[in-house]
Amino acid sequence: MAELNKMRVAMPEQPADKRVTNFDEVALGYTAEMAEKEASRCLNCKNMPCVSGCPVNIRIPEFIKKIRENDIEGAYKIIKSTSSLPAVCGRVCPQENQCEARCVCGIKGESVAIGRLERYVADYMFNKETTEKAEPNGKKVAVIGGGPAGLTCAGDLNNLGYDVTVFEAFHIAGGVLSYGIPEFRLPKSVVRHEIENLEKSGVKIMTNMVIGNVLTIDEIFDMGFEAVFIGNGAGLPNFMGIDGENLNNVFSANEFLTRINLMRAFDDNYDTPIYKFSSVAVIGGGNVAMDAARSARRLGAEKVYIVYRRSEQEMPARKEEVLHAKEEGIEFLFLNNIKKINGDESGNVRSITCVKMELSEADKSGRRAPVEICGSEFDLDVDAVIMAIGNSPNKTVVSACEGIETNRKGCIIVDEETLKTTLDGVYAGGDAVTGAATVILAMGAGKKAAQSIHEYLQNK
Amino acid sequence: MTLMVIEAPFVAKKARAGQFIMLRVNETGERIPLTIADYDREKGYVTVIFQKVGKTTMLLDALDEGDLVLDLVGPLGKPTDHNGVKRAAVIGGGAGCAIAYPQAKAMMEKGIYVDMIAGFRNSDLIILEDEMAAESNQLIIMTDDGSNGNKGFVTDALKNEIAAGKNYDFVIAIGPLPMMKAVCNLTKEYGIKTIISMNSYMIDGTGMCGCCRVTIDGKVKFACVDGPDFDGHLVDFDEAIKRSRIYAEQERKARDEHCNLMKAKVSDNG
Repeated sequence: MAELNKMRVAMPEQPADKRVTNFDEVALGYTAEMAEKEASRCLNCKNMPCVSGCPVNIRIPEFIKKIRENDIEGAYKIIKSTSSLPAVCGRVCPQENQCEARCVCGIKGESVAIGRLERYVADYMFNKETTEKAEPNGKKVAVIGGGPAGLTCAGDLNNLGYDVTVFEAFHIAGGVLSYGIPEFRLPKSVVRHEIENLEKSGVKIMTNMVIGNVLTIDEIFDMGFEAVFIGNGAGLPNFMGIDGENLNNVFSANEFLTRINLMRAFDDNYDTPIYKFSSVAVIGGGNVAMDAARSARRLGAEKVYIVYRRSEQEMPARKEEVLHAKEEGIEFLFLNNIKKINGDESGNVRSITCVKMELSEADKSGRRAPVEICGSEFDLDVDAVIMAIGNSPNKTVVSACEGIETNRKGCIIVDEETLKTTLDGVYAGGDAVTGAATVILAMGAGKKAAQSIHEYLQNK
Repeated sequence: MTLMVIEAPFVAKKARAGQFIMLRVNETGERIPLTIADYDREKGYVTVIFQKVGKTTMLLDALDEGDLVLDLVGPLGKPTDHNGVKRAAVIGGGAGCAIAYPQAKAMMEKGIYVDMIAGFRNSDLIILEDEMAAESNQLIIMTDDGSNGNKGFVTDALKNEIAAGKNYDFVIAIGPLPMMKAVCNLTKEYGIKTIISMNSYMIDGTGMCGCCRVTIDGKVKFACVDGPDFDGHLVDFDEAIKRSRIYAEQERKARDEHCNLMKAKVSDNG
């Protein structure tokens, strides 16, 4: 193999010094030439290890072959046959742990940039898609929650001929794609476009409907729906319970990101306020922590710290996001934990007290627990703190419905094969079942549930 | 003060006293919480009463009859629990009276004895006098400056009533945080169960952002899903008062800019 082919085609990006001053997308996307070159690196393996790494089993070598043949529409059709949100997945999937992790090219060089190619195909087809409406079968299905799981489930059921209504609590659908993931990683125009396509193909979306409060699941059945899918996510932000957590300018990542993404507080034309902080500490090491840190930087913070209690190796965030964050001047305080938040007389954040950590010897499962180093406490001056330490499922839907059982963490209990809950005709998937996870896993669950609902209603 | 009746059949069907809605007036607007003042399940109407305090309430107030509110979601929060109450004092402070009087109404409908005590800065600011009188067994209006002939705070009136032998078993106080705090300090002495309604900042109103968190008996609660009603004797009011000032500066700026814009429009037209 020629040396050149070992490396993937680089993604054109906004330079770091420029992008920290705007909220525009960082990765600019492949050109046709780049896509063709990258596609030519695919070895078209017979056993297709990449496909088994994809939670929705996109037929990857097939769509890449179409790119090579310059049949982008053909490539799109292949992707779309198993994934309802290609422009989204191409941007936010953790490919390095999924399809790309299993790519044979990755053994001696870099794996094929499958995510980038998927994005190229989706972007190429932007506004060129045609939607086909399936023959209606006269059966109504309700989907609770318009996030990745719900939209996927709705899209698949719609394609099977069901009359699907999505009940969304916010004023726009998309779930975490709308309120959580920032514009610079996933432009809202892309999300809106994918949702509009679903609507054009026949999916109905009712916004501003908090199920549990405004309607119960029993009432949804009374309205003539024959099955229900719950994909209301994990929306309750976790806090640590440390001193000073209720000081002014301590945010959950949800609040900080919702102000910016859903309410567009970064844009002066919008009314929802957000302060321009000078020094911000983000607690946590996942994608949400990266999103919050990079958003804070774009709002004008000179110093942004990520405080993470383990080392870089254990950090769950996508590698690309970590790299981007570093390029943008985010300072990583690995092996540090926050102990308390200190405030001034008005109740505003003044500083945080941290402690240094070390990793213990590996236990039987091979996991190295972080342990405090005694006497290593130090203060860090910041004027805002963002807690990005995870979310728990929201109980609103389930607590208003008898018969749906949850585990002690509040996650809905389902049959792993069918995603059926303990209540007949009700299925669930995504973060509501697993606790906070990824967009693509939620989509995989939405797909699986759609299939189960189809089987259930066919046999009913 | 503005009273607005909004057609929202799904919400009207489920609304109960103490719950609230969130609304967005226009595409660039904020989401704000407003307490449900009344509802008509048959007609599908929900009533809100609000004071023009900032840009969003000004925008809302500028809507004409027949206009649409862009988004409205609800009913949110837990309804007020009046179970077992026999003799209640409902206390409203300023604009809080608009939220307090539906509580009086709800309890009167259940046959509970209700005294309504309302406080205002001066007699010019008195609102809903007839409504409050109609929905209570006794209405006492206090003014800070005595301009209505009844000088003093709501706590003075409450204290007098208790001293006069009113055996309240329930007090509900709705208004500015310092007023609710003062009422709770007083009722604690007498051991009367007291409920307050938190009016925290909220973004989503469904438990998703945590902006409305409040400390109750040392534990963090979200006003939107755990409240907005809380046992007033357990609320950390000092923290809540500090948190209520987070966006004071930006609110002032937005209101002033909006006012100037309106003035400019008026002079353009004139």
